[in-house]
Amino acid sequence: MNIIKEYMQLDKIEGPLIVLSGVDNAAYDEIVEIKTNSGTKHGKVVQLHNDKAIVQVFETTSGMSVKDVSVRFTGSPLEINLSKDILGRVFNGIGEPIDDGGEIFGGVKMDVNGRPINPVARRYPRNFIQTGISAIDGLTTLIRGQKLPIFSGNGLPHNQIAAQIVRQAKISEEEGQDFAVVFAAMGVKHDDAHYFLKAFEESGVLERVVMFLNLADDPVVERIITPRCALTAAEYLAFNHNMHILVIMTDITSYCEALREISSAREEVPGRKGYPGYLYSDLASLYERAGMMEDSSGSITQIPILTMPNDDITHPIPDLTGYITEGQIVLSREIFQRNIYPPINILPSLSRLMKDGIGEGYTRDDHPAVSSQVFSSYSRVQEVIALSQVIGEDELSDIDKKYLEFGKAFEEKFLKQDFDENRNINETLELAWEILSILPKSELDRIDSKTIDAHYRG
Amino acid sequence: MDKIQGIITYINGPVIKAKNMEMFKMREMVTVGEKRLIGEIISIDGDIGTVQVYEETTGLKIGEKIDSTGKPLSVKLGPGIIGNIFDGIQRPLNFIYEKSGGFISEGIGLASIDLTKKWDVTVLVKEGDTVKEGSVFATVKETPLITHKLMIPPGINGKIVYAEKNGTYDLEEVLLKIDDGKTVHDIKMYQEWPVRTPRPVKERMPIEKPLITGQRVIDTFFPVAKGGTAAIPGGFGTGKTMTQHQLAKWSDADIIVYIGCGERGNEMTEVLEDFPKLIDPNSNLPLMNRTILIANTSNMPVAAREASIYTGITIAEYFRDMGYNVAIMADSTSRWAEALREISGRLEEMPAEEGYPAYLPSRLAEFYERAGYVTTLGDDEASVTIIGAVSPAGGDFSEPVTQNTKRFVGAFLGLDKKLAYARHYPAINWLSSYSGYLASLNSWYRNNVSEDMMNLRGEMLRVLQEESKLLEIVKLVGEDVLPDEQRLILEIAKLIKIGYLQQNAYHKDDTYVPLNKQYRMLKVIKLFYEHANEVIKKGIPISKIKSSQLYNDILKMKYSIPNDYKDEFDNFENQIITYFDSLIEAYEG
Repeated sequence: MNIIKEYMQLDKIEGPLIVLSGVDNAAYDEIVEIKTNSGTKHGKVVQLHNDKAIVQVFETTSGMSVKDVSVRFTGSPLEINLSKDILGRVFNGIGEPIDDGGEIFGGVKMDVNGRPINPVARRYPRNFIQTGISAIDGLTTLIRGQKLPIFSGNGLPHNQIAAQIVRQAKISEEEGQDFAVVFAAMGVKHDDAHYFLKAFEESGVLERVVMFLNLADDPVVERIITPRCALTAAEYLAFNHNMHILVIMTDITSYCEALREISSAREEVPGRKGYPGYLYSDLASLYERAGMMEDSSGSITQIPILTMPNDDITHPIPDLTGYITEGQIVLSREIFQRNIYPPINILPSLSRLMKDGIGEGYTRDDHPAVSSQVFSSYSRVQEVIALSQVIGEDELSDIDKKYLEFGKAFEEKFLKQDFDENRNINETLELAWEILSILPKSELDRIDSKTIDAHYRG
Repeated sequence: MDKIQGIITYINGPVIKAKNMEMFKMREMVTVGEKRLIGEIISIDGDIGTVQVYEETTGLKIGEKIDSTGKPLSVKLGPGIIGNIFDGIQRPLNFIYEKSGGFISEGIGLASIDLTKKWDVTVLVKEGDTVKEGSVFATVKETPLITHKLMIPPGINGKIVYAEKNGTYDLEEVLLKIDDGKTVHDIKMYQEWPVRTPRPVKERMPIEKPLITGQRVIDTFFPVAKGGTAAIPGGFGTGKTMTQHQLAKWSDADIIVYIGCGERGNEMTEVLEDFPKLIDPNSNLPLMNRTILIANTSNMPVAAREASIYTGITIAEYFRDMGYNVAIMADSTSRWAEALREISGRLEEMPAEEGYPAYLPSRLAEFYERAGYVTTLGDDEASVTIIGAVSPAGGDFSEPVTQNTKRFVGAFLGLDKKLAYARHYPAINWLSSYSGYLASLNSWYRNNVSEDMMNLRGEMLRVLQEESKLLEIVKLVGEDVLPDEQRLILEIAKLIKIGYLQQNAYHKDDTYVPLNKQYRMLKVIKLFYEHANEVIKKGIPISKIKSSQLYNDILKMKYSIPNDYKDEFDNFENQIITYFDSLIEAYEG
């Protein structure tokens, strides 16, 4: 018989952590229920030492006292109830319904921590997702099952880009294949959450969206759980119901700050900029939950959004993210200020999986060479611009002037597009040829002569 | 039976402590709790032992027991390793897949190569023979490419008192009995070896052969030696993994051990899908026939990530002992260092730089020193080459892992963000990279490629260095101001960069280029440079050179001339000579 004990006293409360003693039979990582005068809170065991347990509380600990509480160990890790009824529903950061739809009944209980996918059970992603955005489709192609974050800065239109992808992306092209969007908000502002809600509504996918909301004024520690709930829901839909799932997680920066807060409360040895040494492993436990598996036809594609503190791409959060994710889409404040939407700086942007998902049989045979050429020519444009700032545009050689012209055309014609402009891959590649044709044939050193002859204009 | 069991008193992620542990040994492998998780003892203080656990500790409780296995963390070495994919402690991932499905769960227990599989064994010794450690007593054709040589384990010498005949056996059957005067040892098809101990060799030998990779920037400019060490550092997106994959595909080693240490799951899947289809240019057999994969991806338990490097190098040493040249790719050693840091943090050790433990440099040195060109116990020449990727935080090479790695490796292939942004691959920066093996490989290149190969390399590198100086000036005043002789250097540098250093991993010929073609290509560029220089000295404008069709042909010769070229290079060289002669004639006449 399992007698459930209740503990009526705490040793210590410090930030999000509480310490209890006299505990027996507690398990690492299990969930505890804490009853206080102001209601029930939840926490999880983060350290055990003899009869002492350290518990990290998800909600705020303010108002809690060391007496006047009752703590109960539940004996299981955090689980959420999942069934297909979660589609169209809204949950809080720890997976409790907050719309008026009531509890989720039936279905299965799943541990939010998930488990690592065995590399031999994975299917390598190769299917191109057309987003209708030229800079993404042409140069940093999104592949189904990929994790491709948007590296942004405060005030840049990352939300619009994500919303545009949700509206235009052909996540599932086969008939009968279901798709859904899972949205995890961590520490985002109310108006940002509202923006997404409206965007989902306008694109008519609202009843296919599952939302997990931890807003900026919600408890910080809850944020650690939010993406895990969302990804568990995504895994359930993708691998139990063979659906194609697009997961949008915003803002990873708030998530990492929550992690740092707990780490410092636990007096752990800090790594770079005070973030814990395990930040890489922790982020990997989120991002690696994207992908496709052998025994299911579903997929999880992740678009995490993070705001780079001070627009610094070498900050630990974007840095470690970039090492785990399969590329990144980097937004630039400078391009944004020139009134170009989407303000994607293509040079540091990259899609690692595009090499296997574009070209003949996937998009178009000239796609790999064209994208490589645009990158190489646009990087030359930057050198020419730097030179022209020193010696003046008039002094540039003729070929350099051509590069300047190419650079302008790239930004004005290829990069720039409207929020509701949906270009297919053919249109995108034709546009690329239009701007590449500004340069003389001899400058196109990444494309073989046969392909140049077939597409070059002029 | 009274079996001594430890009792858990402390749990913090992968680090646990237990009391009643005074009889346990340091670095011993243990099983933890009711789920029998696998762990290793990393410190003993009085009766308190600290254990790092190779699986998730979720659900573990205070008071659960720890059992001894009586031996250190070891791997089983025998037929069945090649073509397999293991986790960080040599458990086959296919076995885990069968046991726990698509998601890896804990408590699977110990597993290794399949001991019940039967192999055809050819026995080379008979009763009465005297054998010594490391000598080959039988062979098994493990893959069409690799003959697995069964060796007498280190430490055993003596007379054979019993020997099986040729036949089909599984790994548990006793093939030999050896009497060393004191005891009789049973010899099976496999041996066990603790991963943290280097396997013994007879002696180390000087390094004098290159590891030929088919990658021009490496083979020509920054060669890696067989038995040497190399580091490939680079920020994210600079192509570390891409370069490692290229090396794993095309290096002329007999065996490749590829360790995915704390990296992406999809990358391992890619290798698993691609390698069985790719054909080795030296043997015309699928590359999987010589490849061993170890995958501990970033979301798999961190302690097993720490162990994966040692598991990999031990397997590499085992195949080296058979007389093979083995190359090991570790992607990425930074993730391994971070695993050290994470465990050290949980142990509350005093951190040194950036939170890394103070023993980071010594651990790195221990690992890289396991590479080498050796005479094995069985008197063969063989080697282990280590190529480690490094992922510096923020792409900054001054961080501790890159800096400490630099101290212990012979070749440093620095990847450059700027080159990667321009999609110049492989993005190996020719100014910051170096190879310490040039002197020791010099005579090999002389005898096997050409007398002037290394001189040619030096001259071309000088052009690139001069270019970088000139580019500083160009940034300020523009190219047009430079005299034609200097502009020519810029143009030749462009030929080298685009026509030679850039290499297309997706092109059927360009992905792997044999050394003789590398040499001929470089020679063409040099010939062009010499003649162009002469022409310019005569006052002929550089536009005549730049606009020539020849210039464009050189840029694209990597595609237009096949790897099994016949007289294409000779024709090319004649064309260059004729063109410039006619140019001079037209000018003077």
